[in-house]
Amino acid sequence: MRDWPLWEVFVRSRRGLSHVHAGSLHAPDAEMALRNARDLYTRRQEGVSLWVVRSSDIEASTPDERDSFFDPAADKIYRHPTFYDVPEGVEHL
Amino acid sequence: MYGNDFSAPGEAPGEAPRPRPATADEPVSFAAVIADDGRVEPRDEMPEGYRRTLVRQIAQHAHSEIIGMQPEGNWISRAPSLRRKAILMAKVQDEAGHGLYLYAAAETLGADRADLLDQLHSGRQKYSSIFNYPTLTWADVGAIGWLVDGAAIVNQVPLCRCSYGPYARAMVRVCKEESFHQRQGFEILHTLSHGTAEQKAMAQDAVDRYWWPSLMMFGPPDDDSPNSAQSMAWGIKRFSNDDLRQRFVDMTVPQAEALGLTLPDPEIRWNEERGHYDFGDIDFTELFEVIKGNGPCNAQRLAHRVKAHDDGAWVREAASAYAAKQSARSEGAA
Repeated sequence: MRDWPLWEVFVRSRRGLSHVHAGSLHAPDAEMALRNARDLYTRRQEGVSLWVVRSSDIEASTPDERDSFFDPAADKIYRHPTFYDVPEGVEHL
Repeated sequence: MYGNDFSAPGEAPGEAPRPRPATADEPVSFAAVIADDGRVEPRDEMPEGYRRTLVRQIAQHAHSEIIGMQPEGNWISRAPSLRRKAILMAKVQDEAGHGLYLYAAAETLGADRADLLDQLHSGRQKYSSIFNYPTLTWADVGAIGWLVDGAAIVNQVPLCRCSYGPYARAMVRVCKEESFHQRQGFEILHTLSHGTAEQKAMAQDAVDRYWWPSLMMFGPPDDDSPNSAQSMAWGIKRFSNDDLRQRFVDMTVPQAEALGLTLPDPEIRWNEERGHYDFGDIDFTELFEVIKGNGPCNAQRLAHRVKAHDDGAWVREAASAYAAKQSARSEGAA
């Protein structure tokens, strides 16, 4: 168990919704990870589809660089519809 | 179920963090998140004391969930009907699941599940004192669901807003499942208390034995709870031990009346002025004795846990061997 990899579990709660991260678990291989994920995260019909991904395969942005990494979006408020003035009475815009 | 995160006075607090002032040496980003009542996520900077406090608390909580399978598991083979048996199996399976959610949350802090289990097995980390009491009759299964899980819910609902994201999210899942646990316990006691005189007496006896230990699950009184202030400052804990205990009493007294059972405390009465129920003094020397290892079932619970772990070694080894074989085969085919 000590050397079993960690897997991240993603659950699609119903058709039409995307998979959402539910938690993690240890398992020796992908098949056991899926079975364990079913028993652990869908005991009450929480899902219709499961993904398991090795945690080590996930590349993540670093929290320290959060500000500089996401900064470029901060000064482009013209990307939001609320940036624009709409004359009184104009509808469906 | 619930893990108590406290030690007996004078006892070496094994993995306890050194108390430290709330504001010293905290990373600026961490202090800002806490001040804003935000959530700390796994890879954020955080003070070492915060990390260690959480690992200890989450591990004790996880250990409590899996040790908590034993007192109830004791009655699976003797449940009075197939319906009760199926329910009890589902509940005990939930407890295993709760343990796993929590071990996974602890691992996001850099702890290793196998290490945490080692620390449980060697007695360096603790689990809730409540599970060191025996389940002598079927009614005890009802009392555990109603009182022990009821106390756990009161403790755990505020933890859903804990400042550490993965712990809070695990608690949301746990709380959803606990309400079934509490209701099934209440139902067992309700059935017994409306049955024969003997059945009612059995229910009353279980409540008599589990009432005080359930109140102790909330920990020592506030004046005597040294780590509480720091945990509150960090947003790990939201309410004091005594506040949570009072909430539990207020919730439970009317339920006992509905059951037609008596809580074994002659001092329980409504206090109009306070807007709460008064209740008698708790004998905390018993709690501390149980925490120190002198409860009725401490040795038995741990021995059973270690045996189950050792007996299961071949399953873990077989799973590893199978995974290695499959992986070798697929490499050979490629």
